[in-house]
Amino acid sequence: MIRTEVLVIGAGPAGIAAATAAAANGRKVIVLDDNLAVGGQIWREQTVQKDDRRPHNGSAKQQGLEALFRSGAQVYAGWSVFDAHASGTVEAIKRSGHEEIVDEFGFDRLILATGARERFLPFPGWTLPGVVGAGGLQALVQGGYSVAGKRVIVAGTGPLLMAVAAHLAEQGARIGAVVEQAPGPKLARFAGSLFIDPAKLMQGARYRAALWNVPYRTGCWVVEATSGGDSQQLQAVRVSNGVRTWTEPCDLLACGYNLVPNTEIASLLGCAFNGSFVEVDERQRTSLPNIFCAGEPTGIGGVDAALVQGKIAGLSCAGKDTQALQRKAAAGRAFAQRLERTFALREELRSLVQDDTIVCRCEDVPFARLRDRNGWTDAKLQTRCGMGPCQGRVCGPAVEFLLGWKSVSVRPPLFPVPFEALCSQSGVPETENASSQN
Amino acid sequence: MRMPESLSIQINGAACRVAQGTTVAAALLLADQASRISVTGEPRAALCGMGICFECRAIVNGIAHRRTCQILCEQGMTVESGQ
Repeated sequence: MIRTEVLVIGAGPAGIAAATAAAANGRKVIVLDDNLAVGGQIWREQTVQKDDRRPHNGSAKQQGLEALFRSGAQVYAGWSVFDAHASGTVEAIKRSGHEEIVDEFGFDRLILATGARERFLPFPGWTLPGVVGAGGLQALVQGGYSVAGKRVIVAGTGPLLMAVAAHLAEQGARIGAVVEQAPGPKLARFAGSLFIDPAKLMQGARYRAALWNVPYRTGCWVVEATSGGDSQQLQAVRVSNGVRTWTEPCDLLACGYNLVPNTEIASLLGCAFNGSFVEVDERQRTSLPNIFCAGEPTGIGGVDAALVQGKIAGLSCAGKDTQALQRKAAAGRAFAQRLERTFALREELRSLVQDDTIVCRCEDVPFARLRDRNGWTDAKLQTRCGMGPCQGRVCGPAVEFLLGWKSVSVRPPLFPVPFEALCSQSGVPETENASSQN
Repeated sequence: MRMPESLSIQINGAACRVAQGTTVAAALLLADQASRISVTGEPRAALCGMGICFECRAIVNGIAHRRTCQILCEQGMTVESGQ
Protein backbone atom coordinates (compact mmCIF):
# COMPACT_ATOMS: atom_id res chain seq x y z
CA MET A 1 0.00 0.00 0.00
CA ILE A 2 1.14 3.50 -0.83
CA ARG A 3 0.07 6.14 1.69
CA THR A 4 -0.52 9.82 1.05
CA GLU A 5 -2.23 12.72 2.80
CA VAL A 6 -4.20 13.83 -0.24
CA LEU A 7 -5.13 11.50 -3.08
CA VAL A 8 -6.48 13.06 -6.26
CA ILE A 9 -8.23 10.88 -8.85
CA GLY A 10 -8.01 12.42 -12.30
CA ALA A 11 -5.30 14.63 -13.79
CA GLY A 12 -7.42 16.93 -15.93
CA PRO A 13 -7.65 20.65 -15.14
CA ALA A 14 -9.62 20.13 -11.88
CA GLY A 15 -7.26 17.42 -10.59
CA ILE A 16 -4.15 19.36 -11.61
CA ALA A 17 -5.39 22.53 -9.86
CA ALA A 18 -6.39 20.53 -6.77
CA ALA A 19 -3.10 18.64 -6.52
CA THR A 20 -1.08 21.80 -7.08
CA ALA A 21 -2.94 23.78 -4.40
CA ALA A 22 -2.71 21.00 -1.81
CA ALA A 23 0.98 20.22 -2.50
CA ALA A 24 2.00 23.88 -2.61
CA ASN A 25 0.51 24.17 0.89
CA GLY A 26 2.66 21.41 2.29
CA ARG A 27 0.50 18.34 1.82
CA LYS A 28 1.86 15.06 0.46
CA VAL A 29 -0.15 14.53 -2.73
CA ILE A 30 -0.54 11.66 -5.18
CA VAL A 31 -2.53 11.98 -8.40
CA LEU A 32 -3.84 8.90 -10.22
CA ASP A 33 -4.95 9.10 -13.84
CA ASP A 34 -5.88 6.30 -16.21
CA ASN A 35 -4.67 8.01 -19.36
CA LEU A 36 -1.14 7.76 -20.75
CA ALA A 37 -0.37 11.40 -19.98
CA VAL A 38 -1.70 14.10 -17.68
CA GLY A 39 -3.98 16.87 -18.90
CA GLY A 40 -7.29 15.04 -19.09
CA GLN A 41 -9.33 15.18 -22.26
CA ILE A 42 -9.33 18.93 -22.81
CA TRP A 43 -5.57 19.29 -22.36
CA ARG A 44 -4.75 16.06 -24.14
CA GLU A 45 -1.32 16.15 -25.81
CA GLN A 46 -0.50 14.85 -29.24
CA THR A 47 1.42 11.60 -28.69
CA VAL A 48 2.94 11.76 -32.18
CA GLN A 49 5.28 14.73 -32.50
CA LYS A 50 4.72 15.90 -36.09
CA ASP A 51 6.87 18.98 -35.59
CA ASP A 52 8.57 20.86 -32.80
CA ARG A 53 5.47 22.78 -31.89
CA ARG A 54 5.03 22.95 -28.14
CA PRO A 55 2.05 24.07 -26.12
CA HIS A 56 1.78 27.84 -26.31
CA ASN A 57 3.94 29.39 -23.59
CA GLY A 58 1.84 31.09 -20.98
CA SER A 59 -1.29 29.15 -21.97
CA ALA A 60 -3.51 27.99 -19.11
CA LYS A 61 -2.46 24.43 -19.89
CA GLN A 62 1.26 25.17 -19.85
CA GLN A 63 0.96 27.17 -16.62
CA GLY A 64 -1.13 24.46 -15.02
CA LEU A 65 1.27 21.65 -15.89
CA GLU A 66 4.35 23.60 -14.82
CA ALA A 67 2.78 24.53 -11.50
CA LEU A 68 1.85 20.88 -10.95
CA PHE A 69 5.38 19.63 -11.58
CA ARG A 70 6.87 22.37 -9.36
CA SER A 71 4.43 21.63 -6.52
CA GLY A 72 5.96 18.26 -5.66
CA ALA A 73 2.74 16.30 -6.24
CA GLN A 74 3.50 12.81 -7.53
CA VAL A 75 1.65 11.78 -10.68
CA TYR A 76 0.89 8.14 -11.46
CA ALA A 77 -0.25 8.09 -15.11
CA GLY A 78 -1.83 4.96 -16.58
CA TRP A 79 -3.45 3.89 -13.29
CA SER A 80 -7.18 3.01 -13.40
CA VAL A 81 -9.07 3.05 -10.10
CA PHE A 82 -11.37 0.04 -9.88
CA ASP A 83 -12.40 0.12 -6.22
CA ALA A 84 -12.68 2.76 -3.49
CA HIS A 85 -13.56 2.78 0.20
CA ALA A 86 -14.67 5.84 2.18
CA SER A 87 -12.60 4.47 5.08
CA GLY A 88 -9.48 5.63 3.23
CA THR A 89 -8.23 3.37 0.44
CA VAL A 90 -8.60 2.93 -3.30
CA GLU A 91 -7.37 0.11 -5.50
CA ALA A 92 -5.94 0.75 -8.94
CA ILE A 93 -4.43 -1.19 -11.81
CA LYS A 94 -1.70 -0.16 -14.20
CA ARG A 95 -1.59 -2.00 -17.50
CA SER A 96 1.29 -1.46 -19.89
CA GLY A 97 2.10 -3.35 -23.09
CA HIS A 98 3.37 -6.35 -21.16
CA GLU A 99 2.49 -6.23 -17.48
CA GLU A 100 -0.31 -5.52 -15.05
CA ILE A 101 0.26 -4.21 -11.54
CA VAL A 102 -2.42 -3.76 -8.89
CA ASP A 103 -1.83 -1.58 -5.84
CA GLU A 104 -3.69 0.01 -2.99
CA PHE A 105 -3.46 3.71 -2.17
CA GLY A 106 -4.27 4.96 1.34
CA PHE A 107 -5.40 8.55 1.91
CA ASP A 108 -6.45 11.00 4.63
CA ARG A 109 -8.36 13.11 2.14
CA LEU A 110 -9.63 12.21 -1.33
CA ILE A 111 -10.42 14.57 -4.21
CA LEU A 112 -12.55 13.16 -7.02
CA ALA A 113 -11.69 14.97 -10.26
CA THR A 114 -12.89 12.26 -12.60
CA GLY A 115 -14.08 14.52 -15.40
CA ALA A 116 -16.71 13.68 -17.98
CA ARG A 117 -17.24 11.56 -21.04
CA GLU A 118 -19.28 12.10 -24.19
CA ARG A 119 -22.93 11.17 -24.25
CA PHE A 120 -23.70 8.86 -27.16
CA LEU A 121 -27.24 8.42 -28.43
CA PRO A 122 -28.19 5.40 -30.54
CA PHE A 123 -29.48 5.89 -34.09
CA PRO A 124 -29.56 3.49 -37.04
CA GLY A 125 -25.99 2.89 -38.21
CA TRP A 126 -24.21 4.31 -35.15
CA THR A 127 -22.21 1.10 -34.68
CA LEU A 128 -20.62 1.28 -38.17
CA PRO A 129 -16.84 1.73 -38.29
CA GLY A 130 -16.39 5.39 -39.23
CA VAL A 131 -18.91 6.63 -36.66
CA VAL A 132 -16.83 8.01 -33.80
CA GLY A 133 -17.36 10.35 -30.87
CA ALA A 134 -16.65 14.02 -31.55
CA GLY A 135 -14.13 14.27 -28.74
CA GLY A 136 -13.35 10.65 -29.59
CA LEU A 137 -12.14 11.48 -33.10
CA GLN A 138 -10.10 14.38 -31.76
CA ALA A 139 -8.43 12.06 -29.24
CA LEU A 140 -7.69 9.46 -31.94
CA VAL A 141 -6.14 12.12 -34.17
CA GLN A 142 -3.96 13.19 -31.25
CA GLY A 143 -3.02 9.52 -30.98
CA GLY A 144 -1.71 9.47 -34.56
CA TYR A 145 -4.79 8.79 -36.73
CA SER A 146 -4.83 10.93 -39.89
CA VAL A 147 -7.97 12.69 -41.10
CA ALA A 148 -6.18 14.53 -43.93
CA GLY A 149 -8.39 14.63 -47.01
CA LYS A 150 -11.25 12.84 -45.28
CA ARG A 151 -14.74 14.27 -45.45
CA VAL A 152 -16.06 14.56 -41.91
CA ILE A 153 -19.48 15.52 -40.54
CA VAL A 154 -19.29 16.80 -36.96
CA ALA A 155 -22.63 16.38 -35.22
CA GLY A 156 -24.44 16.19 -31.91
CA THR A 157 -24.57 19.03 -29.43
CA GLY A 158 -22.42 21.18 -27.19
CA PRO A 159 -19.56 23.68 -27.41
CA LEU A 160 -17.15 20.81 -28.05
CA LEU A 161 -18.41 20.41 -31.64
CA MET A 162 -16.90 23.69 -32.86
CA ALA A 163 -13.61 23.01 -31.07
CA VAL A 164 -13.40 19.54 -32.60
CA ALA A 165 -14.34 20.73 -36.09
CA ALA A 166 -11.71 23.50 -35.96
CA HIS A 167 -9.05 21.03 -34.81
CA LEU A 168 -9.94 18.47 -37.52
CA ALA A 169 -9.92 21.18 -40.21
CA GLU A 170 -6.46 22.23 -39.03
CA GLN A 171 -5.39 18.58 -39.48
CA GLY A 172 -6.52 18.60 -43.11
CA ALA A 173 -10.03 17.16 -42.81
CA ARG A 174 -12.74 18.48 -45.13
CA ILE A 175 -15.57 19.34 -42.73
CA GLY A 176 -18.85 18.83 -44.62
CA ALA A 177 -20.94 20.50 -41.92
CA VAL A 178 -21.25 21.02 -38.22
CA VAL A 179 -24.70 19.70 -37.28
CA GLU A 180 -25.92 21.08 -33.92
CA GLN A 181 -29.26 19.91 -32.52
CA ALA A 182 -29.78 23.01 -30.34
CA PRO A 183 -32.04 25.58 -31.99
CA GLY A 184 -30.46 28.72 -33.49
CA PRO A 185 -32.25 31.25 -31.24
CA LYS A 186 -31.07 29.46 -28.09
CA LEU A 187 -27.52 29.44 -29.41
CA ALA A 188 -27.75 33.14 -30.24
CA ARG A 189 -28.82 33.90 -26.66
CA PHE A 190 -25.94 31.77 -25.39
CA ALA A 191 -23.44 33.57 -27.64
CA GLY A 192 -24.89 36.89 -26.45
CA SER A 193 -24.36 35.90 -22.83
CA LEU A 194 -20.65 35.38 -23.54
CA PHE A 195 -20.15 39.15 -23.81
CA ILE A 196 -19.48 39.10 -20.07
CA ASP A 197 -16.67 36.60 -20.73
CA PRO A 198 -14.39 37.99 -23.48
CA ALA A 199 -11.99 35.02 -23.36
CA LYS A 200 -14.73 32.52 -24.22
CA LEU A 201 -16.11 34.88 -26.86
CA MET A 202 -12.68 35.15 -28.51
CA GLN A 203 -12.29 31.39 -28.47
CA GLY A 204 -15.66 31.01 -30.22
CA ALA A 205 -14.63 33.63 -32.79
CA ARG A 206 -11.36 31.77 -33.48
CA TYR A 207 -13.22 28.51 -34.09
CA ARG A 208 -15.67 30.28 -36.39
CA ALA A 209 -12.77 31.84 -38.33
CA ALA A 210 -11.11 28.44 -38.76
CA LEU A 211 -14.42 27.14 -40.12
CA TRP A 212 -15.43 30.17 -42.21
CA ASN A 213 -16.43 28.03 -45.20
CA VAL A 214 -18.14 25.26 -43.21
CA PRO A 215 -21.94 25.28 -42.81
CA TYR A 216 -22.99 25.44 -39.14
CA ARG A 217 -26.45 23.85 -39.17
CA THR A 218 -28.35 24.61 -35.98
CA GLY A 219 -31.60 22.87 -35.08
CA CYS A 220 -30.47 19.82 -37.14
CA TRP A 221 -29.50 16.31 -36.20
CA VAL A 222 -28.24 13.08 -37.74
CA VAL A 223 -31.05 10.52 -38.07
CA GLU A 224 -29.11 7.69 -39.70
CA ALA A 225 -25.63 6.61 -40.77
CA THR A 226 -25.49 4.44 -43.88
CA SER A 227 -22.91 2.12 -45.38
CA GLY A 228 -22.42 1.06 -48.97
CA GLY A 229 -24.24 -2.26 -49.02
CA ASP A 230 -22.05 -5.04 -47.67
CA SER A 231 -18.99 -2.88 -47.09
CA GLN A 232 -19.91 -2.13 -43.45
CA GLN A 233 -18.02 1.14 -43.78
CA LEU A 234 -19.72 4.48 -43.34
CA GLN A 235 -20.59 6.28 -46.58
CA ALA A 236 -23.12 8.94 -45.71
CA VAL A 237 -25.38 10.33 -43.02
CA ARG A 238 -29.00 11.45 -43.23
CA VAL A 239 -29.55 14.81 -41.56
CA SER A 240 -32.92 16.28 -40.56
CA ASN A 241 -34.20 19.63 -39.38
CA GLY A 242 -37.59 18.19 -38.43
CA VAL A 243 -39.18 19.29 -41.70
CA ARG A 244 -36.99 17.72 -44.34
CA THR A 245 -34.20 15.13 -44.39
CA TRP A 246 -31.20 15.11 -46.68
CA THR A 247 -28.02 13.10 -47.34
CA GLU A 248 -24.49 14.28 -46.53
CA PRO A 249 -21.78 11.95 -47.91
CA CYS A 250 -18.87 11.46 -45.53
CA ASP A 251 -15.96 9.21 -44.62
CA LEU A 252 -16.31 9.87 -40.90
CA LEU A 253 -19.08 11.00 -38.59
CA ALA A 254 -17.83 12.58 -35.36
CA CYS A 255 -20.90 12.61 -33.17
CA GLY A 256 -21.36 13.33 -29.47
CA TYR A 257 -24.26 14.73 -27.46
CA ASN A 258 -22.51 16.91 -24.91
CA LEU A 259 -20.95 15.40 -21.82
CA VAL A 260 -22.00 13.22 -18.92
CA PRO A 261 -20.04 13.21 -15.67
CA ASN A 262 -17.87 10.26 -14.61
CA THR A 263 -19.42 9.61 -11.21
CA GLU A 264 -18.85 5.87 -10.77
CA ILE A 265 -16.31 6.30 -7.96
CA ALA A 266 -18.51 8.83 -6.15
CA SER A 267 -21.46 6.40 -6.41
CA LEU A 268 -19.39 3.52 -5.13
CA LEU A 269 -18.23 5.56 -2.13
CA GLY A 270 -21.82 6.56 -1.36
CA CYS A 271 -21.60 10.32 -1.97
CA ALA A 272 -24.95 12.16 -2.11
CA PHE A 273 -26.08 13.27 -5.57
CA ASN A 274 -28.03 16.23 -6.85
CA GLY A 275 -29.65 14.81 -10.00
CA SER A 276 -26.83 13.41 -12.13
CA PHE A 277 -24.14 15.38 -10.30
CA VAL A 278 -22.18 14.93 -7.10
CA GLU A 279 -23.47 17.26 -4.38
CA VAL A 280 -20.78 19.57 -2.98
CA ASP A 281 -20.70 22.61 -0.67
CA GLU A 282 -18.80 25.85 -1.33
CA ARG A 283 -15.54 24.18 -0.21
CA GLN A 284 -16.12 21.29 -2.67
CA ARG A 285 -16.87 18.88 0.20
CA THR A 286 -19.15 15.96 -0.67
CA SER A 287 -21.65 14.51 1.80
CA LEU A 288 -18.90 12.18 3.09
CA PRO A 289 -16.18 13.37 5.48
CA ASN A 290 -12.74 13.98 3.90
CA ILE A 291 -14.04 13.34 0.38
CA PHE A 292 -14.09 16.25 -2.04
CA CYS A 293 -15.18 16.57 -5.65
CA ALA A 294 -14.25 19.14 -8.30
CA GLY A 295 -14.91 19.81 -11.97
CA GLU A 296 -17.39 18.14 -14.31
CA PRO A 297 -18.79 15.55 -11.83
CA THR A 298 -20.34 18.48 -9.92
CA GLY A 299 -21.84 20.08 -13.09
CA ILE A 300 -20.63 20.38 -16.70
CA GLY A 301 -18.98 23.82 -16.60
CA GLY A 302 -15.84 23.44 -18.70
CA VAL A 303 -12.19 24.13 -18.01
CA ASP A 304 -12.45 27.47 -16.17
CA ALA A 305 -14.99 26.14 -13.68
CA ALA A 306 -12.88 23.00 -13.23
CA LEU A 307 -9.71 24.99 -12.49
CA VAL A 308 -11.30 27.14 -9.80
CA GLN A 309 -13.16 24.24 -8.18
CA GLY A 310 -9.99 22.16 -8.18
CA LYS A 311 -8.06 24.95 -6.49
CA ILE A 312 -10.79 25.31 -3.86
CA ALA A 313 -10.76 21.56 -3.20
CA GLY A 314 -6.96 21.51 -2.89
CA LEU A 315 -6.91 24.51 -0.53
CA SER A 316 -9.75 23.00 1.53
CA CYS A 317 -7.72 19.82 1.96
CA ALA A 318 -4.78 21.90 3.15
CA GLY A 319 -6.99 23.76 5.65
CA LYS A 320 -6.73 27.07 3.78
CA ASP A 321 -9.33 29.75 3.21
CA THR A 322 -11.13 29.78 -0.15
CA GLN A 323 -13.21 32.96 0.24
CA ALA A 324 -11.29 34.83 -2.46
CA LEU A 325 -12.24 32.20 -5.05
CA GLN A 326 -15.96 32.04 -4.34
CA ARG A 327 -17.02 34.70 -6.84
CA LYS A 328 -15.21 32.95 -9.66
CA ALA A 329 -16.69 29.62 -8.59
CA ALA A 330 -20.20 31.09 -8.67
CA ALA A 331 -19.56 32.40 -12.20
CA GLY A 332 -18.50 28.87 -13.20
CA ARG A 333 -21.69 27.39 -11.80
CA ALA A 334 -23.80 30.00 -13.64
CA PHE A 335 -21.99 29.15 -16.89
CA ALA A 336 -22.69 25.44 -16.31
CA GLN A 337 -26.40 26.22 -15.98
CA ARG A 338 -26.40 28.25 -19.21
CA LEU A 339 -24.67 25.37 -21.01
CA GLU A 340 -27.24 22.90 -19.69
CA ARG A 341 -30.17 25.09 -20.85
CA THR A 342 -28.67 25.87 -24.24
CA PHE A 343 -27.71 22.34 -25.20
CA ALA A 344 -30.66 20.47 -23.66
CA LEU A 345 -31.53 17.45 -25.80
CA ARG A 346 -34.58 17.83 -28.05
CA GLU A 347 -37.48 15.37 -27.94
CA GLU A 348 -36.98 14.23 -31.54
CA LEU A 349 -33.74 12.49 -30.58
CA ARG A 350 -35.73 9.95 -28.59
CA SER A 351 -37.41 8.61 -31.73
CA LEU A 352 -34.29 7.97 -33.84
CA VAL A 353 -33.81 4.52 -32.42
CA GLN A 354 -35.56 1.71 -34.37
CA ASP A 355 -36.50 -1.77 -33.15
CA ASP A 356 -33.31 -3.29 -34.53
CA THR A 357 -30.98 -0.44 -33.50
CA ILE A 358 -28.36 -1.71 -31.08
CA VAL A 359 -28.44 0.19 -27.79
CA CYS A 360 -25.90 -1.80 -25.75
CA ARG A 361 -22.84 -2.13 -27.98
CA CYS A 362 -20.99 -4.53 -25.66
CA GLU A 363 -23.77 -7.13 -25.70
CA ASP A 364 -25.49 -6.13 -29.00
CA VAL A 365 -28.88 -5.59 -27.37
CA PRO A 366 -31.38 -4.03 -29.82
CA PHE A 367 -33.97 -1.49 -28.69
CA ALA A 368 -36.87 -3.92 -29.27
CA ARG A 369 -35.58 -6.13 -26.44
CA LEU A 370 -35.37 -3.21 -23.99
CA ARG A 371 -38.50 -1.24 -24.72
CA ASP A 372 -40.88 -3.43 -22.70
CA ARG A 373 -38.64 -4.11 -19.72
CA ASN A 374 -39.61 -2.35 -16.51
CA GLY A 375 -36.22 -0.98 -15.49
CA TRP A 376 -32.50 -1.60 -15.32
CA THR A 377 -32.55 -4.70 -13.15
CA ASP A 378 -35.13 -6.40 -15.34
CA ALA A 379 -33.24 -5.37 -18.48
CA LYS A 380 -29.94 -6.69 -17.12
CA LEU A 381 -31.45 -10.02 -16.11
CA GLN A 382 -33.32 -10.52 -19.38
CA THR A 383 -30.98 -9.00 -21.96
CA ARG A 384 -27.50 -8.40 -20.46
CA CYS A 385 -27.84 -4.71 -21.42
CA GLY A 386 -25.14 -2.74 -19.58
CA MET A 387 -23.32 -5.85 -18.40
CA GLY A 388 -20.44 -5.87 -20.87
CA PRO A 389 -16.93 -4.49 -20.42
CA CYS A 390 -17.97 -0.80 -20.45
CA GLN A 391 -20.29 -1.51 -17.50
CA GLY A 392 -23.04 0.65 -18.97
CA ARG A 393 -20.88 3.76 -19.37
CA VAL A 394 -22.09 4.14 -22.98
CA CYS A 395 -25.61 2.66 -22.93
CA GLY A 396 -26.45 3.95 -19.41
CA PRO A 397 -26.87 7.64 -20.32
CA ALA A 398 -28.57 6.61 -23.60
CA VAL A 399 -31.10 4.38 -21.84
CA GLU A 400 -31.73 7.08 -19.25
CA PHE A 401 -32.60 9.49 -22.09
CA LEU A 402 -34.64 6.97 -24.11
CA LEU A 403 -36.50 5.13 -21.36
CA GLY A 404 -35.99 7.26 -18.24
CA TRP A 405 -34.23 4.54 -16.25
CA LYS A 406 -31.73 5.84 -13.69
CA SER A 407 -28.72 3.57 -13.34
CA VAL A 408 -28.84 1.24 -10.37
CA SER A 409 -26.05 0.34 -7.96
CA VAL A 410 -22.43 0.66 -9.04
CA ARG A 411 -20.24 -2.24 -7.94
CA PRO A 412 -16.52 -2.97 -7.94
CA PRO A 413 -14.52 -3.63 -9.98
CA LEU A 414 -15.34 -0.43 -11.86
CA PHE A 415 -13.34 -1.75 -14.81
CA PRO A 416 -12.73 -5.35 -15.85
CA VAL A 417 -9.63 -6.48 -13.94
CA PRO A 418 -7.86 -9.75 -14.80
CA PHE A 419 -8.18 -12.31 -12.04
CA GLU A 420 -4.42 -12.98 -11.97
CA ALA A 421 -3.68 -9.30 -11.45
CA LEU A 422 -6.12 -9.15 -8.52
CA CYS A 423 -4.47 -12.16 -6.91
CA SER A 424 -0.92 -10.88 -7.27
CA GLN A 425 -1.08 -7.52 -5.50
CA SER A 426 2.60 -7.05 -6.16
CA GLY A 427 2.83 -3.39 -5.34
CA VAL A 428 5.12 -0.80 -6.83
CA PRO A 429 8.09 0.70 -5.02
CA GLU A 430 7.14 3.82 -3.05
CA THR A 431 9.82 5.69 -4.95
CA GLU A 432 8.10 5.49 -8.31
CA ASN A 433 7.63 9.02 -9.46
CA ALA A 434 5.96 9.48 -12.79
CA SER A 435 6.05 13.25 -12.50
CA SER A 436 7.42 13.59 -15.99
CA GLN A 437 4.87 12.84 -18.61
CA ASN A 438 6.40 9.66 -19.89
CA MET B 1 10.07 20.17 -39.18
CA ARG B 2 11.41 16.78 -38.17
CA MET B 3 9.85 13.54 -39.24
CA PRO B 4 8.76 11.25 -36.44
CA GLU B 5 10.63 7.98 -36.24
CA SER B 6 8.59 5.06 -37.49
CA LEU B 7 8.28 1.57 -36.13
CA SER B 8 6.86 -1.62 -37.47
CA ILE B 9 4.01 -3.66 -35.99
CA GLN B 10 1.87 -6.57 -37.16
CA ILE B 11 -1.89 -6.04 -37.46
CA ASN B 12 -3.89 -9.21 -38.19
CA GLY B 13 -0.74 -10.72 -39.70
CA ALA B 14 0.15 -7.82 -41.99
CA ALA B 15 3.19 -5.63 -41.36
CA CYS B 16 2.40 -1.94 -40.85
CA ARG B 17 4.64 1.06 -40.29
CA VAL B 18 3.42 3.75 -37.92
CA ALA B 19 4.96 6.86 -36.44
CA GLN B 20 6.39 6.64 -32.97
CA GLY B 21 3.76 7.79 -30.49
CA THR B 22 0.84 6.28 -32.42
CA THR B 23 -1.76 4.58 -30.22
CA VAL B 24 -2.73 1.04 -31.16
CA ALA B 25 -6.33 2.23 -31.76
CA ALA B 26 -5.08 4.82 -34.26
CA ALA B 27 -2.92 2.18 -35.96
CA LEU B 28 -5.95 -0.11 -36.35
CA LEU B 29 -7.92 2.74 -37.95
CA LEU B 30 -5.01 3.64 -40.25
CA ALA B 31 -4.88 -0.01 -41.35
CA ASP B 32 -8.68 -0.11 -41.88
CA GLN B 33 -8.95 -3.03 -39.49
CA ALA B 34 -11.79 -3.61 -37.04
CA SER B 35 -10.62 -3.62 -33.45
CA ARG B 36 -13.10 -6.35 -32.61
CA ILE B 37 -16.01 -8.40 -33.93
CA SER B 38 -19.15 -7.93 -31.84
CA VAL B 39 -21.17 -10.77 -30.30
CA THR B 40 -23.50 -10.74 -33.35
CA GLY B 41 -20.60 -10.57 -35.81
CA GLU B 42 -20.38 -6.85 -36.62
CA PRO B 43 -16.98 -5.21 -37.12
CA ARG B 44 -16.40 -2.45 -34.56
CA ALA B 45 -13.86 0.33 -34.25
CA ALA B 46 -12.90 2.84 -31.56
CA LEU B 47 -15.74 5.12 -30.43
CA CYS B 48 -14.77 7.26 -27.43
CA GLY B 49 -10.98 7.42 -27.80
CA MET B 50 -10.54 7.84 -24.05
CA GLY B 51 -10.73 4.38 -22.51
CA ILE B 52 -14.41 4.37 -21.58
CA CYS B 53 -16.32 2.47 -24.28
CA PHE B 54 -14.16 -0.65 -24.74
CA GLU B 55 -15.04 -0.79 -28.48
CA CYS B 56 -11.34 -0.54 -29.36
CA ARG B 57 -10.37 -3.59 -27.34
CA ALA B 58 -8.17 -6.04 -29.22
CA ILE B 59 -5.54 -8.71 -28.67
CA VAL B 60 -2.17 -7.03 -28.10
CA ASN B 61 0.95 -9.19 -27.84
CA GLY B 62 -1.32 -12.16 -27.23
CA ILE B 63 -3.26 -10.54 -24.36
CA ALA B 64 -6.99 -10.23 -25.05
CA HIS B 65 -9.33 -7.34 -24.15
CA ARG B 66 -6.73 -4.57 -24.19
CA ARG B 67 -8.08 -1.03 -24.63
CA THR B 68 -5.99 -0.05 -27.64
CA CYS B 69 -6.63 3.69 -27.32
CA GLN B 70 -4.65 3.59 -24.06
CA ILE B 71 -1.60 1.78 -25.45
CA LEU B 72 1.20 3.16 -27.62
CA CYS B 73 2.59 1.05 -30.46
CA GLU B 74 5.95 -0.57 -29.78
CA GLN B 75 8.43 -2.03 -32.27
CA GLY B 76 7.46 -5.63 -33.13
CA MET B 77 4.08 -5.51 -31.40
CA THR B 78 1.41 -7.90 -32.64
CA VAL B 79 -2.23 -6.78 -32.74
CA GLU B 80 -5.20 -8.94 -33.67
CA SER B 81 -8.88 -8.02 -33.84
CA GLY B 82 -10.62 -9.22 -30.69
CA GLN B 83 -14.01 -10.72 -29.99
